[in-house]
Amino acid sequence: MNNPDAMIFMRDLHKSFGTIEAVNGVTLSIGRGKVMVIIGPSGSGKSTLLRCINHLEIETAGEIWVDGEKLTRDQTQLNRIRAEIGMVFQHFNLYPHLTVLENITLAQQIVRRRTKAEAIEIARQQLDRVRILRKKDDFPFQLSGGQQQRVAIARALAMNPKIMLFDEPTSALDPEMIKEVLDVMLDLVEDGITMVVVTHEMGFARRAANEVVFMDRGKVVEQAAPEAFFTNPQSERSQLFLSQILNK
Amino acid sequence: MLNWNGIRSRLRDYPWWLVGILFLVLGTFYLILTQPTFNEAFAFIKAGLSVTLSTTFSAFGIALVIGLLAGLGRISSNVLIRNIATLYIELVRGIPMLVLIFVIAIVVVPAMVSGLNALGATLAENGLPFLAALFSGIENKEVPMTARAITALAATYGAFLAEIFRAGIQSIGKGQMEAARSQGMSYVQAMRYVILPQAVRNVLPALGNDFISMLKDSSLVSVLAVRDITQVTRLYTGQTFRYQEAFTTLAILYLTMTVILSLLVKTIEGKLRRNE
Ligand SMILES: Nc1ncnc2c1ncn2[C@@H]1O[C@H](COP(=O)(O)OP(=O)(O)O)[C@@H](O)[C@H]1O
Ligand SMILES: [Mg+2]
Repeated sequence: MNNPDAMIFMRDLHKSFGTIEAVNGVTLSIGRGKVMVIIGPSGSGKSTLLRCINHLEIETAGEIWVDGEKLTRDQTQLNRIRAEIGMVFQHFNLYPHLTVLENITLAQQIVRRRTKAEAIEIARQQLDRVRILRKKDDFPFQLSGGQQQRVAIARALAMNPKIMLFDEPTSALDPEMIKEVLDVMLDLVEDGITMVVVTHEMGFARRAANEVVFMDRGKVVEQAAPEAFFTNPQSERSQLFLSQILNK
Repeated sequence: MLNWNGIRSRLRDYPWWLVGILFLVLGTFYLILTQPTFNEAFAFIKAGLSVTLSTTFSAFGIALVIGLLAGLGRISSNVLIRNIATLYIELVRGIPMLVLIFVIAIVVVPAMVSGLNALGATLAENGLPFLAALFSGIENKEVPMTARAITALAATYGAFLAEIFRAGIQSIGKGQMEAARSQGMSYVQAMRYVILPQAVRNVLPALGNDFISMLKDSSLVSVLAVRDITQVTRLYTGQTFRYQEAFTTLAILYLTMTVILSLLVKTIEGKLRRNE
């Protein structure tokens, strides 16, 4: 049954696209303030699983609870729950027609119904937190990838979410920019926000994760504490995956 | 030293076509200023300018609203809305504009008026006379031809603009809608604050070009006896038989307006591209 302590709980989750079973029967529970890192080969269903948590994809079968509330198709409930879940995308998806500050105040004003002054104040705090306040009046295209991703994180944080979802947040970045984004994410771990992170950054997983989940072909193949997983992977597929990724 | 290559390439890229148009326009205005027959024709025809411009501007304003709604309807996930929008667009695209203008002005508008009257009658029977008064007061012959012409142009161009808006919306990456929805915005909020501002900016040149087309197509409303510059010209030639002077002046008037507008659109286009 629903695990009452879990921030996110999913049971026997399925999501198919036509004949493709992107997520094929996943049961997972993520505790409050915990960090779960999801790894696995490309096409194994990591993104789809993550996107089911805030219903950007609607599951074909199974159930999802967020903070004790079961997700339905009711749009009002969905919008309310989505405001509690920040999402960071591989390609940032900043709003290109708005300045950095406006990117962060928009949803605060129309979803959280904060006044402009409040929204700006919170935006400043969050920009400071991701160490990019001086860029507040720039447009996204004037920023580097790493800076854009930090703005995207600030945009999500400004909504005061209970949960942060990260879908390969550093995969589109040049190597020299990866660290600045991972550092910001490590700060968040310190702050105790519940996080689900799809990433290939094994160093981050080792340092930050409470639990590592290895997915393949839509299923959870292995689930373990990071030390156990990296030093002693159980399944053949995770061993193969780790050897490929670590020898890169 | 003369830089011959530079001069040659500048001469090759020079907008000679614009010089040609300028020559035609200035030449005609020279005739208007110096020839009494041209001068008289021009004085008569320019009286229609305000009708041409006000018809075009009002029809385009309405067409923008219709086009936006129909464009959103075309990509709606609601089957009924999507099909109604598509039906409208395909109807307009399948009928010649001249015929469409007749049909809307002579058939559709009167049908709408009797529809409203019937609605008024029903409301009156159901004890809502104050609401009924709103609808039963209108009579067919009271709808002026100018209003019918504007309706016809707006309905026609609404379908064209719908396709422009649809393409503009679909040109915005799917990640934008996802980012907005992931923050808890509703579909309508995401459209309003995230997608449409970007989409409209992208289609501004296309909208400008359709405005120019509409200015030209507004000449078709002369068939409804609306006194735009084309209709006024026909009236003038009917009285004076000065076809050459009148139609030359008419053509040059349209050309002057459309060239100025298309230069404006090109400027906007260039600005947008530079800001990319
Ligand atoms: N919108 C979609 N339509 C069709 N197939 C999709 C869609 N999204 C994902 N898939 C398919 O689902 C599978 C899992 O994709 P994804 O969750 O993106 O994997 P990962 O993030 O692990 O690379 C892949 O086979 C992918 O092609
Ligand atoms: Mg993915």
